[in-house]
Amino acid sequence: MRPILLLLMAALVAGGCGGDARREVRVSAAASLSDAFLALETQYEAERPEVDIVLNLGGSSALREQILSGAPVGVFASANQANLEQLVTAGLVDGPVVDFATNRLTIAVPAGNPADVRDLADLARDNLLIGLCSPAVPCGDYAATALAIAGVVAAPDTLEPDVRALLTKIRAGELDAGVVYETDIAAAGDDVESVAIPAEINVPVVYSIAAIAEDHRSDAENFIDFVVAGRGRQILRDQGFFLP
Amino acid sequence: MTRRRPPFVLAFLACVGAAFFVAPLLGLVARTPWSDLGEVLGREVVGDALRLSLVTSLGATIVALFLGLPLAWVLARFEFRGRALLRGLVLLPLVLPPVVGGAALLFTFGRRGALGGPLEDLTGLVLPFSIWGAILAASFVAMPFLVITVEGALRNLDQRYEGAAASLGASRWTVLRRVTLPMIGPSLVSGLLLTWARALGEFGATITFAGNLPGRTQTLPLAVFVAMEGDRDAAVAMSLLLVLVSLAVLVTLRNRWWGAR
Repeated sequence: MRPILLLLMAALVAGGCGGDARREVRVSAAASLSDAFLALETQYEAERPEVDIVLNLGGSSALREQILSGAPVGVFASANQANLEQLVTAGLVDGPVVDFATNRLTIAVPAGNPADVRDLADLARDNLLIGLCSPAVPCGDYAATALAIAGVVAAPDTLEPDVRALLTKIRAGELDAGVVYETDIAAAGDDVESVAIPAEINVPVVYSIAAIAEDHRSDAENFIDFVVAGRGRQILRDQGFFLP
Repeated sequence: MTRRRPPFVLAFLACVGAAFFVAPLLGLVARTPWSDLGEVLGREVVGDALRLSLVTSLGATIVALFLGLPLAWVLARFEFRGRALLRGLVLLPLVLPPVVGGAALLFTFGRRGALGGPLEDLTGLVLPFSIWGAILAASFVAMPFLVITVEGALRNLDQRYEGAAASLGASRWTVLRRVTLPMIGPSLVSGLLLTWARALGEFGATITFAGNLPGRTQTLPLAVFVAMEGDRDAAVAMSLLLVLVSLAVLVTLRNRWWGAR
Protein backbone atom coordinates (compact mmCIF):
# COMPACT_ATOMS: atom_id res chain seq x y z
CA MET A 1 0.00 0.00 0.00
CA ARG A 2 2.66 2.48 1.06
CA PRO A 3 4.75 2.40 -2.14
CA ILE A 4 1.60 2.96 -4.19
CA LEU A 5 0.67 5.95 -2.06
CA LEU A 6 4.16 7.40 -2.37
CA LEU A 7 4.08 6.89 -6.12
CA LEU A 8 0.73 8.66 -6.37
CA MET A 9 1.97 11.60 -4.34
CA ALA A 10 5.14 11.82 -6.39
CA ALA A 11 3.06 11.87 -9.56
CA LEU A 12 0.85 14.62 -8.16
CA VAL A 13 3.82 16.73 -7.17
CA ALA A 14 5.56 16.21 -10.51
CA GLY A 15 2.44 16.88 -12.52
CA GLY A 16 1.08 19.68 -10.41
CA CYS A 17 3.95 21.98 -9.66
CA GLY A 18 6.45 21.13 -12.37
CA GLY A 19 8.72 23.88 -11.03
CA ASP A 20 8.09 26.13 -14.03
CA ALA A 21 8.54 29.81 -13.31
CA ARG A 22 7.49 30.98 -16.78
CA ARG A 23 4.39 33.13 -17.21
CA GLU A 24 1.66 31.13 -18.86
CA VAL A 25 -0.43 32.38 -21.78
CA ARG A 26 -3.25 30.03 -22.73
CA VAL A 27 -4.06 30.13 -26.40
CA SER A 28 -7.20 28.46 -27.76
CA ALA A 29 -6.82 27.96 -31.51
CA ALA A 30 -8.95 26.41 -34.25
CA ALA A 31 -8.05 22.83 -35.22
CA SER A 32 -7.01 23.97 -38.70
CA LEU A 33 -4.40 26.24 -37.11
CA SER A 34 -2.80 23.30 -35.24
CA ASP A 35 0.48 23.05 -37.15
CA ALA A 36 0.83 26.80 -37.63
CA PHE A 37 0.31 27.54 -33.95
CA LEU A 38 2.66 24.77 -32.83
CA ALA A 39 5.33 26.44 -35.00
CA LEU A 40 4.34 29.88 -33.66
CA GLU A 41 4.62 28.57 -30.10
CA THR A 42 8.13 27.21 -30.69
CA GLN A 43 9.36 30.43 -32.30
CA TYR A 44 7.73 32.75 -29.75
CA GLU A 45 9.05 30.81 -26.76
CA ALA A 46 12.53 30.85 -28.30
CA GLU A 47 12.33 34.63 -28.49
CA ARG A 48 10.76 35.11 -25.07
CA PRO A 49 11.90 32.32 -22.77
CA GLU A 50 10.06 33.82 -19.80
CA VAL A 51 6.67 33.07 -21.41
CA ASP A 52 5.05 29.65 -21.75
CA ILE A 53 2.47 29.40 -24.54
CA VAL A 54 -0.06 26.68 -23.70
CA LEU A 55 -2.08 25.60 -26.73
CA ASN A 56 -5.66 24.38 -26.58
CA LEU A 57 -6.54 23.13 -30.07
CA GLY A 58 -10.03 22.10 -31.15
CA GLY A 59 -13.15 22.97 -33.10
CA SER A 60 -13.63 26.75 -32.95
CA SER A 61 -17.19 26.45 -31.68
CA ALA A 62 -16.22 24.12 -28.84
CA LEU A 63 -13.45 26.56 -27.89
CA ARG A 64 -15.98 29.42 -27.95
CA GLU A 65 -18.30 27.48 -25.63
CA GLN A 66 -15.41 26.83 -23.23
CA ILE A 67 -14.71 30.57 -23.07
CA LEU A 68 -18.40 31.40 -22.62
CA SER A 69 -18.42 28.94 -19.70
CA GLY A 70 -15.54 30.78 -18.07
CA ALA A 71 -12.46 28.86 -19.23
CA PRO A 72 -9.30 30.84 -18.36
CA VAL A 73 -8.10 31.59 -21.87
CA GLY A 74 -5.71 34.42 -22.76
CA VAL A 75 -5.99 34.39 -26.55
CA PHE A 76 -8.61 32.95 -28.91
CA ALA A 77 -7.93 32.35 -32.61
CA SER A 78 -11.07 31.23 -34.44
CA ALA A 79 -11.54 29.90 -37.97
CA ASN A 80 -14.35 32.39 -38.51
CA GLN A 81 -15.38 35.87 -37.43
CA ALA A 82 -18.75 34.86 -35.95
CA ASN A 83 -17.34 33.13 -32.85
CA LEU A 84 -15.40 36.20 -31.78
CA GLU A 85 -18.37 38.44 -32.55
CA GLN A 86 -20.38 36.30 -30.13
CA LEU A 87 -17.72 36.73 -27.45
CA VAL A 88 -17.65 40.49 -28.08
CA THR A 89 -21.43 40.58 -27.63
CA ALA A 90 -21.03 38.61 -24.40
CA GLY A 91 -18.58 41.28 -23.18
CA LEU A 92 -15.66 38.86 -22.98
CA VAL A 93 -13.41 40.71 -25.45
CA ASP A 94 -12.46 44.30 -24.87
CA GLY A 95 -9.39 44.64 -27.07
CA PRO A 96 -9.48 44.74 -30.85
CA VAL A 97 -10.47 41.70 -32.93
CA VAL A 98 -7.98 41.24 -35.75
CA ASP A 99 -8.51 39.24 -38.95
CA PHE A 100 -5.02 37.80 -39.33
CA ALA A 101 -5.13 35.12 -42.03
CA THR A 102 -7.34 33.66 -44.72
CA ASN A 103 -7.72 30.22 -46.20
CA ARG A 104 -9.73 28.42 -48.89
CA LEU A 105 -11.78 25.28 -49.01
CA THR A 106 -10.77 22.24 -51.00
CA ILE A 107 -11.89 18.65 -51.42
CA ALA A 108 -9.55 16.16 -49.73
CA VAL A 109 -9.38 12.60 -51.06
CA PRO A 110 -7.13 9.68 -50.06
CA ALA A 111 -3.90 9.37 -52.05
CA GLY A 112 -4.65 8.15 -55.56
CA ASN A 113 -8.23 9.40 -55.38
CA PRO A 114 -9.69 5.85 -55.44
CA ALA A 115 -13.29 7.04 -55.85
CA ASP A 116 -12.39 9.37 -58.74
CA VAL A 117 -13.83 12.50 -57.14
CA ARG A 118 -13.65 15.47 -59.53
CA ASP A 119 -15.77 18.26 -58.08
CA LEU A 120 -18.27 19.17 -55.39
CA ALA A 121 -21.08 17.44 -57.31
CA ASP A 122 -19.41 14.09 -56.55
CA LEU A 123 -20.17 14.66 -52.86
CA ALA A 124 -23.78 13.85 -53.71
CA ARG A 125 -22.87 10.34 -54.88
CA ASP A 126 -24.64 7.93 -52.58
CA ASN A 127 -22.25 5.04 -53.09
CA LEU A 128 -19.26 7.00 -51.75
CA LEU A 129 -18.35 7.52 -48.11
CA ILE A 130 -18.41 11.29 -47.69
CA GLY A 131 -17.41 13.29 -44.62
CA LEU A 132 -18.08 16.91 -43.75
CA CYS A 133 -17.46 18.97 -40.64
CA SER A 134 -20.42 19.39 -38.32
CA PRO A 135 -22.43 22.49 -39.31
CA ALA A 136 -21.75 23.79 -35.78
CA VAL A 137 -18.04 24.33 -36.54
CA PRO A 138 -16.66 26.82 -39.09
CA CYS A 139 -15.40 24.27 -41.64
CA GLY A 140 -18.87 22.68 -41.76
CA ASP A 141 -20.51 26.06 -42.05
CA TYR A 142 -18.20 27.15 -44.89
CA ALA A 143 -18.67 23.81 -46.66
CA ALA A 144 -22.46 24.13 -46.45
CA THR A 145 -22.19 27.60 -48.02
CA ALA A 146 -19.96 26.36 -50.85
CA LEU A 147 -22.25 23.39 -51.52
CA ALA A 148 -25.26 25.71 -51.59
CA ILE A 149 -23.53 28.02 -54.09
CA ALA A 150 -22.66 25.00 -56.24
CA GLY A 151 -26.25 23.77 -55.95
CA VAL A 152 -25.13 20.39 -54.60
CA VAL A 153 -27.07 18.43 -52.00
CA ALA A 154 -24.28 16.42 -50.39
CA ALA A 155 -24.84 12.91 -49.01
CA PRO A 156 -22.49 12.89 -46.01
CA ASP A 157 -21.92 9.71 -44.01
CA THR A 158 -20.46 11.52 -41.03
CA LEU A 159 -20.31 15.06 -39.62
CA GLU A 160 -17.04 15.37 -37.76
CA PRO A 161 -16.54 17.63 -34.73
CA ASP A 162 -13.51 19.41 -36.23
CA VAL A 163 -11.57 19.55 -39.48
CA ARG A 164 -8.63 17.49 -38.22
CA ALA A 165 -10.91 14.64 -37.12
CA LEU A 166 -12.34 14.67 -40.65
CA LEU A 167 -8.88 14.79 -42.20
CA THR A 168 -7.75 11.81 -40.10
CA LYS A 169 -10.53 9.63 -41.51
CA ILE A 170 -9.70 10.68 -45.07
CA ARG A 171 -6.01 9.97 -44.45
CA ALA A 172 -6.93 6.50 -43.20
CA GLY A 173 -8.78 5.93 -46.48
CA GLU A 174 -12.02 5.29 -44.61
CA LEU A 175 -13.74 8.23 -46.28
CA ASP A 176 -13.65 8.78 -50.05
CA ALA A 177 -13.81 12.57 -49.84
CA GLY A 178 -14.44 15.49 -47.53
CA VAL A 179 -14.33 19.28 -47.58
CA VAL A 180 -11.37 20.70 -45.64
CA TYR A 181 -9.11 23.76 -45.79
CA GLU A 182 -6.29 24.05 -48.33
CA THR A 183 -3.71 24.27 -45.54
CA ASP A 184 -4.85 20.91 -44.16
CA ILE A 185 -3.70 19.13 -47.32
CA ALA A 186 -0.06 20.02 -46.71
CA ALA A 187 -0.42 19.00 -43.06
CA ALA A 188 -1.57 15.51 -44.12
CA GLY A 189 1.55 14.86 -46.20
CA ASP A 190 1.37 12.17 -48.88
CA ASP A 191 -1.72 10.48 -47.50
CA VAL A 192 -4.22 12.82 -49.12
CA GLU A 193 -4.63 14.71 -52.36
CA SER A 194 -6.55 17.84 -53.08
CA VAL A 195 -9.30 18.32 -55.64
CA ALA A 196 -9.61 22.07 -56.06
CA ILE A 197 -12.89 23.91 -55.66
CA PRO A 198 -13.07 26.67 -58.34
CA ALA A 199 -12.72 30.23 -57.03
CA GLU A 200 -16.24 31.25 -58.12
CA ILE A 201 -17.87 28.75 -55.76
CA ASN A 202 -15.18 28.85 -53.08
CA VAL A 203 -15.81 30.64 -49.80
CA PRO A 204 -13.37 33.06 -48.15
CA VAL A 205 -12.26 31.63 -44.82
CA VAL A 206 -11.20 34.34 -42.38
CA TYR A 207 -9.31 33.72 -39.13
CA SER A 208 -9.82 36.17 -36.28
CA ILE A 209 -7.82 36.57 -33.10
CA ALA A 210 -8.34 38.53 -29.88
CA ALA A 211 -7.19 38.70 -26.28
CA ILE A 212 -9.73 37.34 -23.80
CA ALA A 213 -8.73 37.18 -20.15
CA GLU A 214 -7.40 39.98 -17.98
CA ASP A 215 -4.54 37.93 -16.47
CA HIS A 216 -1.19 38.46 -18.18
CA ARG A 217 -2.95 40.79 -20.62
CA SER A 218 0.29 42.32 -21.86
CA ASP A 219 1.74 38.87 -22.62
CA ALA A 220 -1.42 37.93 -24.51
CA GLU A 221 -1.33 41.14 -26.52
CA ASN A 222 2.34 40.67 -27.20
CA PHE A 223 1.71 37.18 -28.57
CA ILE A 224 -1.10 38.52 -30.77
CA ASP A 225 1.27 41.21 -32.09
CA PHE A 226 3.79 38.50 -32.92
CA VAL A 227 1.10 36.61 -34.89
CA VAL A 228 -0.55 39.51 -36.74
CA ALA A 229 2.39 41.84 -37.30
CA GLY A 230 5.64 40.20 -36.24
CA ARG A 231 7.67 37.23 -37.35
CA GLY A 232 4.58 35.07 -36.95
CA ARG A 233 3.38 36.22 -40.35
CA GLN A 234 6.14 34.36 -42.15
CA ILE A 235 5.32 31.19 -40.22
CA LEU A 236 1.66 31.45 -41.22
CA ARG A 237 2.69 32.05 -44.85
CA ASP A 238 5.00 29.02 -44.74
CA GLN A 239 2.07 26.92 -43.54
CA GLY A 240 0.05 27.95 -46.60
CA PHE A 241 -2.20 30.62 -45.12
CA PHE A 242 -2.92 33.81 -47.02
CA LEU A 243 -2.29 37.06 -45.19
CA PRO A 244 -4.44 40.17 -45.36
CA MET B 1 -24.67 -3.88 9.17
CA THR B 2 -25.09 -1.97 12.42
CA ARG B 3 -27.08 1.16 13.02
CA ARG B 4 -24.53 3.32 14.78
CA ARG B 5 -23.12 6.70 13.82
CA PRO B 6 -19.84 6.77 11.89
CA PRO B 7 -16.98 8.72 13.52
CA PHE B 8 -16.92 12.40 12.65
CA VAL B 9 -13.87 12.38 10.37
CA LEU B 10 -15.17 9.39 8.43
CA ALA B 11 -18.58 10.97 8.05
CA PHE B 12 -17.07 14.28 6.95
CA LEU B 13 -14.85 12.76 4.28
CA ALA B 14 -17.71 10.56 3.08
CA CYS B 15 -19.89 13.65 2.73
CA VAL B 16 -17.22 15.41 0.67
CA GLY B 17 -16.92 12.27 -1.44
CA ALA B 18 -20.67 12.14 -1.94
CA ALA B 19 -20.84 15.84 -2.81
CA PHE B 20 -18.20 15.22 -5.46
CA PHE B 21 -20.70 12.99 -7.28
CA VAL B 22 -23.90 14.80 -6.44
CA ALA B 23 -22.82 18.40 -7.15
CA PRO B 24 -22.33 17.98 -10.92
CA LEU B 25 -25.77 16.37 -11.16
CA LEU B 26 -27.29 19.31 -9.32
CA GLY B 27 -25.42 21.60 -11.70
CA LEU B 28 -27.05 19.78 -14.59
CA VAL B 29 -30.48 19.97 -12.99
CA ALA B 30 -30.04 23.68 -12.25
CA ARG B 31 -29.28 24.32 -15.92
CA THR B 32 -32.24 22.28 -17.19
CA PRO B 33 -34.77 24.23 -19.27
CA TRP B 34 -37.79 22.77 -17.43
CA SER B 35 -40.44 24.84 -19.20
CA ASP B 36 -39.20 23.83 -22.67
CA LEU B 37 -38.22 20.30 -21.71
CA GLY B 38 -41.12 18.64 -23.54
CA GLU B 39 -40.52 20.67 -26.69
CA VAL B 40 -36.75 20.05 -26.64
CA LEU B 41 -37.08 16.30 -26.07
CA GLY B 42 -39.71 16.13 -28.80
CA ARG B 43 -37.33 17.37 -31.51
CA GLU B 44 -36.52 15.05 -34.37
CA VAL B 45 -32.78 15.05 -33.71
CA VAL B 46 -33.41 14.01 -30.08
CA GLY B 47 -35.89 11.31 -31.09
CA ASP B 48 -33.48 9.93 -33.69
CA ALA B 49 -30.65 9.89 -31.17
CA LEU B 50 -32.80 8.16 -28.56
CA ARG B 51 -33.91 5.51 -31.04
CA LEU B 52 -30.33 4.92 -32.20
CA SER B 53 -29.10 4.73 -28.62
CA LEU B 54 -31.69 2.08 -27.78
CA VAL B 55 -30.91 0.04 -30.90
CA THR B 56 -27.12 0.17 -30.51
CA SER B 57 -27.12 -0.46 -26.75
CA LEU B 58 -29.53 -3.40 -27.06
CA GLY B 59 -27.50 -4.71 -30.02
CA ALA B 60 -24.32 -4.53 -27.95
CA THR B 61 -26.06 -6.33 -25.07
CA ILE B 62 -27.11 -9.15 -27.39
CA VAL B 63 -23.56 -9.41 -28.77
CA ALA B 64 -22.28 -9.55 -25.18
CA LEU B 65 -24.74 -12.33 -24.31
CA PHE B 66 -23.78 -14.53 -27.25
CA LEU B 67 -20.03 -13.87 -27.20
CA GLY B 68 -19.28 -12.62 -23.69
CA LEU B 69 -21.04 -15.42 -21.81
CA PRO B 70 -19.04 -18.22 -23.52
CA LEU B 71 -15.87 -16.19 -23.02
CA ALA B 72 -16.58 -15.80 -19.30
CA TRP B 73 -17.29 -19.53 -19.13
CA VAL B 74 -13.98 -20.51 -20.70
CA LEU B 75 -12.06 -18.05 -18.54
CA ALA B 76 -13.71 -19.31 -15.34
CA ARG B 77 -13.74 -23.05 -15.95
CA PHE B 78 -10.79 -24.02 -18.09
CA GLU B 79 -7.07 -23.95 -17.39
CA PHE B 80 -4.91 -23.07 -20.36
CA ARG B 81 -1.73 -21.25 -21.18
CA GLY B 82 -2.16 -17.55 -21.50
CA ARG B 83 -5.43 -17.41 -19.58
CA ALA B 84 -4.28 -14.49 -17.43
CA LEU B 85 -3.16 -12.63 -20.54
CA LEU B 86 -6.45 -13.35 -22.30
CA ARG B 87 -8.40 -12.10 -19.29
CA GLY B 88 -6.31 -8.93 -19.29
CA LEU B 89 -6.96 -8.38 -22.99
CA VAL B 90 -10.69 -8.93 -22.59
CA LEU B 91 -10.89 -6.48 -19.69
CA LEU B 92 -8.62 -3.90 -21.35
CA PRO B 93 -11.51 -1.81 -22.76
CA LEU B 94 -12.59 -1.12 -19.16
CA VAL B 95 -9.56 1.12 -18.68
CA LEU B 96 -8.54 1.99 -22.24
CA PRO B 97 -9.60 5.44 -23.49
CA PRO B 98 -12.59 4.63 -25.73
CA VAL B 99 -11.14 6.79 -28.51
CA VAL B 100 -8.14 4.44 -28.62
CA GLY B 101 -10.54 1.53 -28.93
CA GLY B 102 -12.31 3.34 -31.75
CA ALA B 103 -9.04 3.96 -33.57
CA ALA B 104 -8.06 0.31 -33.16
CA LEU B 105 -11.44 -0.77 -34.53
CA LEU B 106 -11.01 1.61 -37.47
CA PHE B 107 -7.58 0.18 -38.32
CA THR B 108 -8.95 -3.37 -38.06
CA PHE B 109 -12.53 -3.25 -39.31
CA GLY B 110 -12.25 -0.16 -41.52
CA ARG B 111 -12.31 -0.53 -45.30
CA ARG B 112 -8.51 -0.54 -45.33
CA GLY B 113 -8.30 -2.71 -42.22
CA ALA B 114 -6.97 -6.25 -41.96
CA LEU B 115 -10.46 -7.67 -41.40
CA GLY B 116 -12.62 -4.88 -42.79
CA GLY B 117 -11.17 -5.15 -46.31
CA PRO B 118 -11.88 -8.88 -46.75
CA LEU B 119 -15.27 -8.41 -45.07
CA GLU B 120 -16.25 -5.82 -47.66
CA ASP B 121 -14.98 -8.00 -50.53
CA LEU B 122 -16.93 -11.03 -49.28
CA THR B 123 -20.18 -9.49 -48.11
CA GLY B 124 -20.22 -5.89 -49.31
CA LEU B 125 -20.71 -4.83 -45.69
CA VAL B 126 -18.84 -1.66 -44.66
CA LEU B 127 -18.81 -1.26 -40.87
CA PRO B 128 -17.52 2.31 -40.31
CA PHE B 129 -20.14 5.04 -40.60
CA SER B 130 -22.96 2.50 -40.28
CA ILE B 131 -25.19 1.43 -37.41
CA TRP B 132 -23.37 -1.92 -37.40
CA GLY B 133 -20.20 0.00 -36.68
CA ALA B 134 -21.91 1.79 -33.80
CA ILE B 135 -23.04 -1.56 -32.36
CA LEU B 136 -19.53 -2.99 -32.77
CA ALA B 137 -17.98 0.02 -31.01
CA ALA B 138 -20.46 -0.20 -28.14
CA SER B 139 -19.90 -3.96 -27.82
CA PHE B 140 -16.13 -3.52 -27.67
CA VAL B 141 -16.39 -1.05 -24.83
CA ALA B 142 -19.29 -2.60 -22.88
CA MET B 143 -18.87 -6.39 -23.16
CA PRO B 144 -16.09 -6.61 -20.53
CA PHE B 145 -18.71 -5.70 -17.91
CA LEU B 146 -20.61 -8.89 -18.71
CA VAL B 147 -17.47 -11.03 -18.84
CA ILE B 148 -16.12 -9.80 -15.51
CA THR B 149 -19.48 -10.17 -13.73
CA VAL B 150 -20.32 -13.63 -15.04
CA GLU B 151 -16.80 -14.98 -14.67
CA GLY B 152 -16.83 -14.00 -11.02
CA ALA B 153 -20.18 -15.71 -10.49
CA LEU B 154 -19.00 -18.91 -12.18
CA ARG B 155 -15.87 -19.01 -10.07
CA ASN B 156 -17.82 -18.58 -6.86
CA LEU B 157 -20.33 -21.23 -7.83
CA ASP B 158 -19.88 -24.47 -5.91
CA GLN B 159 -19.36 -26.99 -8.72
CA ARG B 160 -20.63 -29.82 -6.51
CA TYR B 161 -24.20 -28.78 -7.37
CA GLU B 162 -23.48 -29.40 -11.03
CA GLY B 163 -21.64 -32.62 -10.13
CA ALA B 164 -24.61 -33.82 -8.12
CA ALA B 165 -27.03 -33.11 -10.95
CA ALA B 166 -24.79 -34.91 -13.44
CA SER B 167 -24.42 -37.92 -11.15
CA LEU B 168 -28.21 -38.15 -10.98
CA GLY B 169 -28.25 -38.56 -14.74
CA ALA B 170 -28.85 -35.02 -15.95
CA SER B 171 -27.42 -34.28 -19.38
CA ARG B 172 -24.94 -31.42 -19.78
CA TRP B 173 -27.69 -29.32 -21.34
CA THR B 174 -30.03 -30.04 -18.42
CA VAL B 175 -27.33 -29.19 -15.89
CA LEU B 176 -26.70 -25.93 -17.68
CA ARG B 177 -30.36 -25.07 -17.96
CA ARG B 178 -31.59 -26.25 -14.56
CA VAL B 179 -28.58 -25.76 -12.28
CA THR B 180 -25.84 -23.46 -13.58
CA LEU B 181 -27.84 -20.73 -15.28
CA PRO B 182 -30.36 -20.33 -12.43
CA MET B 183 -27.49 -20.09 -9.94
CA ILE B 184 -25.59 -17.45 -11.89
CA GLY B 185 -28.84 -15.85 -13.06
CA PRO B 186 -28.65 -12.75 -10.85
CA SER B 187 -25.06 -12.09 -11.91
CA LEU B 188 -25.91 -12.66 -15.55
CA VAL B 189 -28.77 -10.18 -15.34
CA SER B 190 -26.67 -7.58 -13.53
CA GLY B 191 -23.86 -8.11 -16.07
CA LEU B 192 -26.30 -7.58 -18.92
CA LEU B 193 -27.75 -4.45 -17.31
CA LEU B 194 -24.28 -2.98 -16.68
CA THR B 195 -23.30 -3.79 -20.25
CA TRP B 196 -26.42 -2.13 -21.55
CA ALA B 197 -25.93 0.98 -19.41
CA ARG B 198 -22.28 1.30 -20.48
CA ALA B 199 -23.23 0.83 -24.14
CA LEU B 200 -25.89 3.51 -23.76
CA GLY B 201 -23.26 5.97 -22.58
CA GLU B 202 -20.65 5.04 -25.18
CA PHE B 203 -19.09 8.02 -26.97
CA GLY B 204 -15.39 7.91 -27.86
CA ALA B 205 -15.16 4.64 -29.76
CA THR B 206 -18.43 5.39 -31.56
CA ILE B 207 -17.47 8.82 -32.91
CA THR B 208 -14.02 7.55 -33.88
CA PHE B 209 -15.15 4.36 -35.60
CA ALA B 210 -18.77 4.90 -36.61
CA GLY B 211 -18.70 8.65 -37.19
CA ASN B 212 -21.48 11.04 -36.39
CA LEU B 213 -24.53 11.33 -38.63
CA PRO B 214 -27.98 12.22 -37.26
CA GLY B 215 -30.39 9.38 -37.89
CA ARG B 216 -27.67 6.84 -38.64
CA THR B 217 -24.89 6.80 -36.06
CA GLN B 218 -25.55 9.83 -33.86
CA THR B 219 -26.52 8.27 -30.52
CA LEU B 220 -27.53 10.36 -27.49
CA PRO B 221 -23.98 10.97 -26.18
CA LEU B 222 -22.87 12.16 -29.64
CA ALA B 223 -25.95 14.34 -29.95
CA VAL B 224 -25.12 15.87 -26.54
CA PHE B 225 -21.56 16.55 -27.69
CA VAL B 226 -22.72 18.26 -30.88
CA ALA B 227 -25.49 20.20 -29.13
CA MET B 228 -23.01 21.58 -26.58
CA GLU B 229 -21.63 23.74 -29.39
CA GLY B 230 -24.91 25.26 -30.41
CA ASP B 231 -28.09 24.27 -28.68
CA ARG B 232 -27.21 23.95 -25.04
CA ASP B 233 -30.80 23.47 -23.88
CA ALA B 234 -31.02 20.33 -25.99
CA ALA B 235 -27.64 19.16 -24.69
CA VAL B 236 -28.77 19.54 -21.09
CA ALA B 237 -32.15 17.89 -21.70
CA MET B 238 -30.53 14.87 -23.36
CA SER B 239 -27.90 14.67 -20.61
CA LEU B 240 -30.64 14.60 -18.02
CA LEU B 241 -32.34 11.79 -19.91
CA LEU B 242 -29.11 9.76 -19.90
CA VAL B 243 -28.54 10.42 -16.20
CA LEU B 244 -32.04 9.32 -15.26
CA VAL B 245 -31.93 6.12 -17.33
CA SER B 246 -28.47 5.17 -16.03
CA LEU B 247 -29.42 5.95 -12.46
CA ALA B 248 -32.57 3.84 -12.77
CA VAL B 249 -30.48 0.90 -13.99
CA LEU B 250 -27.94 1.20 -11.19
CA VAL B 251 -30.56 1.60 -8.46
CA THR B 252 -32.44 -1.41 -9.83
CA LEU B 253 -29.23 -3.41 -9.81
CA ARG B 254 -28.40 -2.45 -6.28
CA ASN B 255 -31.77 -3.42 -4.90
CA ARG B 256 -32.32 -6.63 -6.75
CA TRP B 257 -29.02 -8.17 -7.68
CA TRP B 258 -26.27 -7.15 -5.32
CA GLY B 259 -27.97 -8.60 -2.27
CA ALA B 260 -28.32 -5.25 -0.54
CA ARG B 261 -31.00 -4.61 2.03
